[in-house]
Amino acid sequence: MFPVPVEKSSPAIRYGYQALLPVVLIIWLLPLIAVAIFSIKPESDFASANYWGWPENLAFWENYGLVFAGSDMPRYLLNSVFITVPTVIGAVALSCMTGFALGIYKFKAGIWIFFLFVAGNFVPFQILMVPVRELTLDMGLYDTKTGLVLFHVAFQTGFCTLFMRNFIKALPYALIEAARVEGVSEIRIFWYVVLPMMKPAIAALAVLIFTFIWNDYFWAIVLTQGADSQPVTAGITSFNAQYRAAYHLMSAGSIVAALPPVMMFFAMQKHFIAGLTLGAVK
Amino acid sequence: MADAALPLAQGAQPPRGWWKRNQQTLAPWLFLAPGAAFFLLYVIFPIFQSFQVSFYEWDGLGEAEYVGLRNYDELWYDDAFYTSLKNNVIWLVLYLAAIPAGLFIALFLNQKVFAIRLYKSLFFFPFVISQVVVALVFSWFYDPTFGLFNEFIGLFGLGPIAVLGDERYVTVGIIMAGLWPQTAYCMILYLTGLNAVDPEQIEAGRLDGAKGWRMLWYVVLPQLKPATFIAFVVTIIGALRSFDLISVMTNGGPFGESRVLAFYMFEVALSEYGFRMGYGAAIAVILFMIMMIYIAFFLWKMYRDEREG
Repeated sequence: MFPVPVEKSSPAIRYGYQALLPVVLIIWLLPLIAVAIFSIKPESDFASANYWGWPENLAFWENYGLVFAGSDMPRYLLNSVFITVPTVIGAVALSCMTGFALGIYKFKAGIWIFFLFVAGNFVPFQILMVPVRELTLDMGLYDTKTGLVLFHVAFQTGFCTLFMRNFIKALPYALIEAARVEGVSEIRIFWYVVLPMMKPAIAALAVLIFTFIWNDYFWAIVLTQGADSQPVTAGITSFNAQYRAAYHLMSAGSIVAALPPVMMFFAMQKHFIAGLTLGAVK
Repeated sequence: MADAALPLAQGAQPPRGWWKRNQQTLAPWLFLAPGAAFFLLYVIFPIFQSFQVSFYEWDGLGEAEYVGLRNYDELWYDDAFYTSLKNNVIWLVLYLAAIPAGLFIALFLNQKVFAIRLYKSLFFFPFVISQVVVALVFSWFYDPTFGLFNEFIGLFGLGPIAVLGDERYVTVGIIMAGLWPQTAYCMILYLTGLNAVDPEQIEAGRLDGAKGWRMLWYVVLPQLKPATFIAFVVTIIGALRSFDLISVMTNGGPFGESRVLAFYMFEVALSEYGFRMGYGAAIAVILFMIMMIYIAFFLWKMYRDEREG
């Protein structure tokens, strides 16, 4: 193990390390902690310029209550759910199939198709912006959740294919050969042999894509406009325009907008990190 | 090897029907079809369409007028374009600091003590939050009247500095905000990499008297190469994709000094300054070309690994 484990060091270093951890963590998260503090301060604190002093009273319920009851926030959150969940399902389903095709079969064009998916996944969004917006307008899907979902599914398929194909390639190929010898059709091999083994990959991709899409801002402002279809990342900016300079409310709103992927991360941590660090170890 | 269908096992039914005989050549195409169709329609074709649009003057509504290379010619004399390009270079260079910073935090956290897993998760936290929220958090952090940043430099008798309102500091200020989640990402890559470092090599190094920096440089870092490679790729892509932070924190200001190509393109094509699709597409093409250098490098490396593996 590197660096030397602290339990092998003197007690001074051991306890020093344990004491240092929370201090460093607080410094690391300070900007966020500041916002969390703002979000439970009452309006009067800001009026009297008491920014960092002890809050006059705790306004947790008032602030968060207003975010949920007095603004469009719940609608934006719901929009985010209706954009994110179908995208996750669509991209994972499509990439299970493309990953299977590129990971199991060895055909000449395979590697080039695979590279096309990988390259497409890295292009700057701006090179797609004008044509995709045009395409969405032509299909009558501008400013709809469906239009946004279709694009996200297509784009995420690139990354998901990279992920799935590498995962499937590492599966024991002998199992598939054995099934073929038994005369099992290719479609049944996909469904009954390979798919059950892909569960960890599916879980990892699902949480990753959930976070990516929930946090998307660029496409949200390119393809949607109002509270009917905009996700919460775009909604928070309108929310802030509505409550300009009301820092306690803007802070509470930001925390609400950030929370779902955070909860997802803590609930599915193992899968999330497995997905994110794919390829970091040989 | 799977090009030719596997010979059927003895005793199995002889193949009947066209599908049964050809399914191994057809199956990959069938499985690819839906995903590939989507990807072609929404990603591959639009790249070429953008190239095409960049030769037109078009407001997104009326007739598009073919203008040849005029958009590129205009870019050549556009100061805002050079400001954006310059800022892109600054982003690329400074953003790379996320890699050593991530490694440093990973080394700090690579211990087995009480609650260390929770600490690792909490350090990773900034990466999970949306960039829009990171942007808001940091615009308040930098706020000249109540931001913690100015409270802090005030302790040394400095400031207050309106970081986001000052053209000298604005780009660096935004990059610092971007480094926060990016460092967390690099940290998690290195933590995973450190987990897989071969303990025997470390022991061997120790016996040879390697310690501290020398151990890190000669024994540990070579083993972290895959993690470093991924960290490089995601950091460079992240730097060139920077849009959310700029859009929310400064909207390109003050006086357009914090623009990067990705943001300037959006501004030209879709903001209140006008709908110049062709000009925007030309900027996107330049950005795409820059990105293509890295994409080609990445693909080349993947191709080499494929042939070895």
